[in-house]
Amino acid sequence: MSVWLWIVAVLAALLGLGWAGRALGRLSGRRRFRDMSLAEAFGWALALAALLGAAWLWTRPGAVYFRWALIGFAISAVAAFVFRLLGRHLGPERLRKQFRKMPLTAAFGILVIIIYAVVAIFAGWIAPHGQEAVLGAANVVPGGDPAMGGDPAFPLGTDRIGRDILSRLIYGAQNTVGLAFATTLLAFFLGGTLGLLAAVVGGWLDQLLSRGVDVLMAIPSLIFALLLLTIASVWAEGARGWLTFYMVVIIAVIDSTRVFRLARSVGIGIVVMDYVEAAKLRGEGMGHLVFREILPNAMAPLLAEFGLRFCFVFLTIASLSFLGVGIQPPLADWGTMVRDLAQFINFAAFAPMVALAPLLPALAIALLTVGVNFVVDWMLHRASGLKS
Amino acid sequence: MTPLLEIRDLWIEGRSDEEWHPIVEGVDLTLGRGEVLGLIGESGAGKSTLGLAAMGYARDGVRISGGSVRFDGMDLLRASTEQKRSLLGRRIAYVAQSAAASFNPAHKLIDQHVEAPVRHGIRDRGESVADAVELYEKLRLPDPDRIGFRYPHQVSGGQLQRMMTAMAMSCRPDLIIFDEPTTALDVTTQIEVLAAIRDIVDQFGTSAIYITHDLAVVAQMADRIKVLLSGREVETAPTREMLTHPREEYTKSLWAVRGFHRPEKPAPAPGDTPILSVEGVTAAYGRQTVLEEISFDIHPGRTVAVVGESGSGKSTTARVITGLLPPRSGTVRFEGEALPAGYRQRGKDQLRQIQMIYQMADTALNPRQSVAQIIGRPVRFYRGLRGRALRARVDELMEQIELDPATFRDRLPGELSGGQKQRVGIARALAAEPRLIICDEVTSALDQIVAEGILRLLARLQDELGLSYMFITHDLATVKAIADEVVVMQSGRVIEQGAKTAMFTPPHHPYTDLLLSSVPEMDPDWLDRLLAERGVEGLGEAATDRM
Repeated sequence: MSVWLWIVAVLAALLGLGWAGRALGRLSGRRRFRDMSLAEAFGWALALAALLGAAWLWTRPGAVYFRWALIGFAISAVAAFVFRLLGRHLGPERLRKQFRKMPLTAAFGILVIIIYAVVAIFAGWIAPHGQEAVLGAANVVPGGDPAMGGDPAFPLGTDRIGRDILSRLIYGAQNTVGLAFATTLLAFFLGGTLGLLAAVVGGWLDQLLSRGVDVLMAIPSLIFALLLLTIASVWAEGARGWLTFYMVVIIAVIDSTRVFRLARSVGIGIVVMDYVEAAKLRGEGMGHLVFREILPNAMAPLLAEFGLRFCFVFLTIASLSFLGVGIQPPLADWGTMVRDLAQFINFAAFAPMVALAPLLPALAIALLTVGVNFVVDWMLHRASGLKS
Repeated sequence: MTPLLEIRDLWIEGRSDEEWHPIVEGVDLTLGRGEVLGLIGESGAGKSTLGLAAMGYARDGVRISGGSVRFDGMDLLRASTEQKRSLLGRRIAYVAQSAAASFNPAHKLIDQHVEAPVRHGIRDRGESVADAVELYEKLRLPDPDRIGFRYPHQVSGGQLQRMMTAMAMSCRPDLIIFDEPTTALDVTTQIEVLAAIRDIVDQFGTSAIYITHDLAVVAQMADRIKVLLSGREVETAPTREMLTHPREEYTKSLWAVRGFHRPEKPAPAPGDTPILSVEGVTAAYGRQTVLEEISFDIHPGRTVAVVGESGSGKSTTARVITGLLPPRSGTVRFEGEALPAGYRQRGKDQLRQIQMIYQMADTALNPRQSVAQIIGRPVRFYRGLRGRALRARVDELMEQIELDPATFRDRLPGELSGGQKQRVGIARALAAEPRLIICDEVTSALDQIVAEGILRLLARLQDELGLSYMFITHDLATVKAIADEVVVMQSGRVIEQGAKTAMFTPPHHPYTDLLLSSVPEMDPDWLDRLLAERGVEGLGEAATDRM
């Protein structure tokens, strides 16, 4: 009960602070303060309290992660800023123009994507060790400080059977991101084409495809993927390449149902436009209607969906890998890595460095997700700006 | 006595592309008590922005950067939110262009009506409802006792606009701002709304700012007229003086727009094969019959105007001709040959011969294709031109529609003005080298000066290329300007048809008569005269219902 009393007391104090601050501001006679509602004043007081709280937390010795997060945030912001600054002054004029209008978030997203792409493509050269190499010492703590149980040779430590985490993270970019990207592209090709086709043709084809999609969507997607992959693993007869291929196709088909529904509903909105009618009356074929008249106008929502879908596919692959039917064990994969290293999280309270091991692959996933969505947001903003 | 509203040297800026651009540049405005001021100008002249600024309000992305707005001695630009809140709705009210979009579809009309008086504590709910019924009656709404208990979609557009006026009146404000309240309405409905607004403003001695782009409308409503051009005042004068002796060139050009008139071409020889004949066409959407036994001919090189109110079946007729809606019975013949009912069954050449130009150029042009792509596609598709020949043909077409190829070739539709977009739509139709072009309300979304330019262009192209036009419109001024023959439609039937001069000389079919007399004229006494002739009950829906 006393907890509630505390909360009420704190809120009341904040309200009082807001009121007092506003009254003080009004003495200056400024319009901003005069027209400020009490709710807004409360919001400012709350923000002030949060800021003070954060400053206090920063000084606490136990709040290691909080400090890391803030430092990481600051570094990201500075990196994005420098990247945008470079973009504004280097390169061809058209590119520079893009950078000039770009918000910082989008610059950050592009930077992240470029770094991931470089890491994924050149993984073989960048990584100090092979992804499957067992290097002796197991469970080396990240940080490379021998006093803390680290080893300078393995800056991010090793896992339970002594593989270098840094190398596996780098190879993970290649495996996880590459596969997720291919899967999402395939899902969009399938779902997008069929969805727009259903919107243009309508009638029985629309019914057939839509009901088919309904059936696929009625089955929980992870269970369904698991079921199909079990069957596929029999077909693959243990060949790792084939199993991966089946996984890509299966996840793409299951995810394409979501894309189908979006593309169809967006397409239906566009099909009624007069320019589509004009094209139909001209006698244009289906290909022209779908790819020239409708698709370019459906691009904005589809791109937004792409960013989101990419993240979901990513997570699906991670969960399937954990269940043993996704990316196969010797290959590095971020999802599997999180699971493998998960129990170290228990040491977070007294050995922050140890708990870092499972957080790194998780962070890799999160960073890419955030980056992709920043870029997609920006593209959407630009697309909607063109319309008005 | 101080004027009710006094705007001095007002500057307003709008934000686009991360920069502030001026929308209104140093406009002064004075409005006396009980006076009605008409604000006219083309779209983009800053009329609506100025109207909103008169309430001390700026839309998102717009800011008032200088000047003063004094309402009854209080400076609205320096007033606190609380002070403005006590004024808006109570002493200043606003009537928007689209009543259908401004009412909340989830609430009954009466609940929205009583909100302002109850909130401002003028009347309690019961009194407000009683007062609403009284206002509905004054505005001549049918069944005033119960109409308020309907939802917005259950009431027609003209009625909704009057309900909105009633709502604005609910607190008996000193000032009402009408922002194009009749632009979206049919002529016969418009006149009813005009009469109702004028009556009620007179009765309560309310001051009003009446924003419109239609000169004839403003001539009926306003005591004084102020003309705006790209954010600046052109001139202000009392209505009669302004109509008879406009001072500025721009004002004169606005007045002259209605002067475009093209003589009727001589009647075709009796034995001529019409380029298009519609023979006894009946068409339906599902079970609802929308066209009944429509028949008319279009002869080569002539313009046939199809007129009627919205819902009369004009556009459906176009859909039947183009093959989008196969008719239930009857045939469409092109140069004597019956066309297949659906467009999918028609040959490429048959499709090429009939082209369409649409009302909304915004939705008629693909926003992701450049002007050259839009115009070039039919050229490539029908004539198979490529590369340099295609480019030359596109340039030629662009010159025909009076757009400079070098400037406009690579622009997207979003970078064109309304009139330019409509020109591109025309060029796309021309690119197919058709014999017949169906123009579906092509000028109704445009300003008068721009619309006149489009009409002149169409007339010139007809002379040069020998095109035939089917001109769908509800605007009789356009018909007068361009048509050779007129087909009048009402609820899916052809009521009357014939040569233009014959149609515009009495005697008419009563419905044609109603349509013709409902078109506002520039004469400020026109509405009074009409009211005297027809009486209040002879207006709008009431009149159509009786036919």
